Amino acid sequence: MRGATGRWRAALIPLLAVLLSLLIGAVVMLASGYNPLPAYAALFVGAFGTPFNIATTLAHSVPLMLTGLGVAVAFRSGLFNIGAEGQFWVGSIATTWVGYAVGGLPPALHVALALLAGAVAGALWGALVPGLLKAYTGAHEVITTMMMTYVAIQLSHFLLEGGPMQAPGYTPVSPDIRPSAFLPLLVPRTQLSAGLFIALGAAVIAWLILERTTLGYRMRAVGFNARAAAYAGIDVAATTVLALGLSGAFAGVAGAVEVLGVNHRLYDSFTAGYGFTAIVVALLAKNDPWATLGAALLFGALSTGASYMQLSAGVPSQLVDVVQGIIIFFIAADAIIAWLLRRSRNRKEVAA
Amino acid sequence: MDEVLRLRGITKRFPGVLANDRVDLGLLRGEIHAVLGENGAGKSTLMKIVAGMLEPDEGRIELDGRPVRFSSPRDAIAAGIGMVYQHFMLIPVFTVAENVVLGAEPGRGLRFDRREAEREVRELAERYHMEVDPAARVADLSVGLQQRVEILKTFYRKARILILDEPTAALTPQEARELFQVMRNLAGQGISILFISHKLDEVLEVADRITVMRHGRTVATLRPAETSEQELANLMVGRAVQLTSVRPPVERGPAVLEVADLTVQREDGRPAVQGVGFAIHAGEVFGIAGVEGNGQAELVEAIAGLRPAAAGRIRFLGRDVTAWDARRRALAGIAYVPEDRVGTGLVMGFTLAENLALKRYFLPPLARRGWIDRRALWSEAKGRLEAYDVRPPEPGLAARALSGGNQQKVILARELGSDPELLVAYQPTRGLDVGAIEFVHGQILRLRGEGKAILLVSLELDEVLELSDTVAVMHRGRLAAVFPAGEADRERVGLYMTGGRERAQEEEGAGR
Ligand SMILES: Nc1ncnc2c1ncn2[C@@H]1O[C@H](COP(=O)(O)OP(=O)(O)OP(=O)(O)O)[C@@H](O)[C@H]1O
Ligand SMILES: [Mg+2]
Repeated sequence: MRGATGRWRAALIPLLAVLLSLLIGAVVMLASGYNPLPAYAALFVGAFGTPFNIATTLAHSVPLMLTGLGVAVAFRSGLFNIGAEGQFWVGSIATTWVGYAVGGLPPALHVALALLAGAVAGALWGALVPGLLKAYTGAHEVITTMMMTYVAIQLSHFLLEGGPMQAPGYTPVSPDIRPSAFLPLLVPRTQLSAGLFIALGAAVIAWLILERTTLGYRMRAVGFNARAAAYAGIDVAATTVLALGLSGAFAGVAGAVEVLGVNHRLYDSFTAGYGFTAIVVALLAKNDPWATLGAALLFGALSTGASYMQLSAGVPSQLVDVVQGIIIFFIAADAIIAWLLRRSRNRKEVAA
Repeated sequence: MDEVLRLRGITKRFPGVLANDRVDLGLLRGEIHAVLGENGAGKSTLMKIVAGMLEPDEGRIELDGRPVRFSSPRDAIAAGIGMVYQHFMLIPVFTVAENVVLGAEPGRGLRFDRREAEREVRELAERYHMEVDPAARVADLSVGLQQRVEILKTFYRKARILILDEPTAALTPQEARELFQVMRNLAGQGISILFISHKLDEVLEVADRITVMRHGRTVATLRPAETSEQELANLMVGRAVQLTSVRPPVERGPAVLEVADLTVQREDGRPAVQGVGFAIHAGEVFGIAGVEGNGQAELVEAIAGLRPAAAGRIRFLGRDVTAWDARRRALAGIAYVPEDRVGTGLVMGFTLAENLALKRYFLPPLARRGWIDRRALWSEAKGRLEAYDVRPPEPGLAARALSGGNQQKVILARELGSDPELLVAYQPTRGLDVGAIEFVHGQILRLRGEGKAILLVSLELDEVLELSDTVAVMHRGRLAAVFPAGEADRERVGLYMTGGRERAQEEEGAGR
């Protein structure tokens, strides 16, 4: 409902943060004896220079888009879901199982069922324990979602290391999912699958839910001001459970897409920490679904371009980690402070 | 007397609003200068500019004749300007002294010297005649004392100019009188005070000069001796305002709300309301007077369904609603204007349209099968905003962008506009300008005329006496007295308010 100018103004701070981070990254490169200009050129070419590179960048962005949406949805409800990583894991587990254990289904149905399994698993992981604990005992979701992440990771170790989901043999890996559950590749010999459309569709869904449904209205009301929501007769506890569940569903779908589109099996600790980068993605996007797509693309590009930068400009790709770290710092500092301010201001707005 | 502060041509624009339009204003040393104006006239904006919270788009601020520029409150504080906002910025678990020195603590390095802090604060309080215990926890203090702590905070930072935004809005009349005494003392010591108020009588009582703002401009600066409440009201609003409303006779109908033996507890389990019983009939305004904190807030929350009844019954239109939740009661026809507009009544990040829909966002025509019809939301909001003269009447504006009084009007538009059978209103006119008060009083009397019931809680005794058919006084969680309108006068009600019940009864007994 913001006006066009308000939108641009809101986008200004994150853009500045990114530019500033690149600038500081350049200084770091100079200080360590590298020329930043060719390095950044290589970074850009590596991310967007060829159709193949673009596809790879997009492929890296897809899980970030989905987990980022999950975190953003929770943030809009006033909840800090830092457990997207765990929800991603259980989503992967459930999807993998449906992928190899369920047979005889036509591809479309099999894919849909596997995705649904991932979404439900992620939702339960987010809603069931953290949501219910938060809603009925007040236990803080930062702690509980984090704890559930460790549980998820341990669960996958258990399942794969000699557990019920290990494929015959000695490597801790699950059986391959059936081809009927594969997501089609969009660009051959890349990792870019139809999961991209799922991520785009998820953004539409997230936006529709938040802005157009009564559920989204409730979630945002609770997120802005739980007291006012209660005054309005909104069931704050139930809304909290639903919001964490929805958030977990997005992260669960991210895990599902990674299995169905890219890995086709479950590896022991195969993730690149998407669930954590997702927090930065959501913060950078100010929890706006569309902007989340853009922020995820930025981080996808950084990670894709980094290896090319190392190859062609000789700059260690760790320097990209530095830039990422600086972005995270600027964004997190700004957004976390703004969020905390808003939280406390809800109680004592200086508006009189 | 010399001029310590001069504003020249201050202009401030917000998207679509000219909040301050070439404002000129001078403040003398040791002067108490009141700023009056309609809701949204730009008073708070102007004060925030002086205090460095906002930067003007145009214009100059001069201190002692020299131009200054503030880019943050820090700059303004360094220049000797301190502001107390209407909503305090204190840390409740800290002591008075800790709050006062926070950010400018005495002590060396990282060590905090509590003794020294308490000594300094005690000295400061004595110098300015503002008694308060430096070792007390802020959470345990009354609103009036908390405000004192805020004022001390500015003096600890060596303020010479004190800005108060609606300082009496949350105070009891007694506390307000004490504040005025403090203000006069301060002025006597050469401190200059700028303060905003909507209460004309207190402005006339305490101010040396009065500046009236309208639509972002200053329209007049007057001395109290040269003017009157009526003239000030007319200047503010730009038309003749009726300062008192008349209550036409209305035939009283059947009971709408019946409360019996109601007991309500505070968060800590102590009783806030004890065995209260009364009935409100159709066409009746039932006013509750009393000093803040005597259980009024808990009583209305219990009636609205936001706080459980520990004992007793609440009947509404003949049905027992004691076990109903807030939504069910709201939908059945109980409207509720809460005490705390920014914390409870509004979602500041929501648009006005969304705020107006707060209690019915899930019902047709605003929503169907879980989907919100934004066009319906919008058009309904547009009408409400215009009917209640919210400025600007923009459904898409965030509630936080409205002035304090206009935020209150949004709540009233939602609650009064829902055509309730029972209106429960806690301080419905807090923060409103005289024109808006006239309007709200008119609406309350309109509901009364239509045979609705109204429960009005107000700390303004005059408001209760003016509007109520029945006046009750609440003291320590009980109804100390209930009078029909004709028998309630300021003295009698005031006596019961302060717990002079026994005394009052004795005197009446002796008179007979
Ligand atoms: N942050 C903001 N963004 C947009 N508009 C604003 C903002 N703050 C104030 N305004 C607008 O500026 C105008 C002046 O507001 P201001 O708060 O100064 O009024 P006021 O005189 O203090 O009113 P009140 O008596 O209701 O407190 C109003 O129209 C208000 O809507
Ligand atoms: Mg104001």
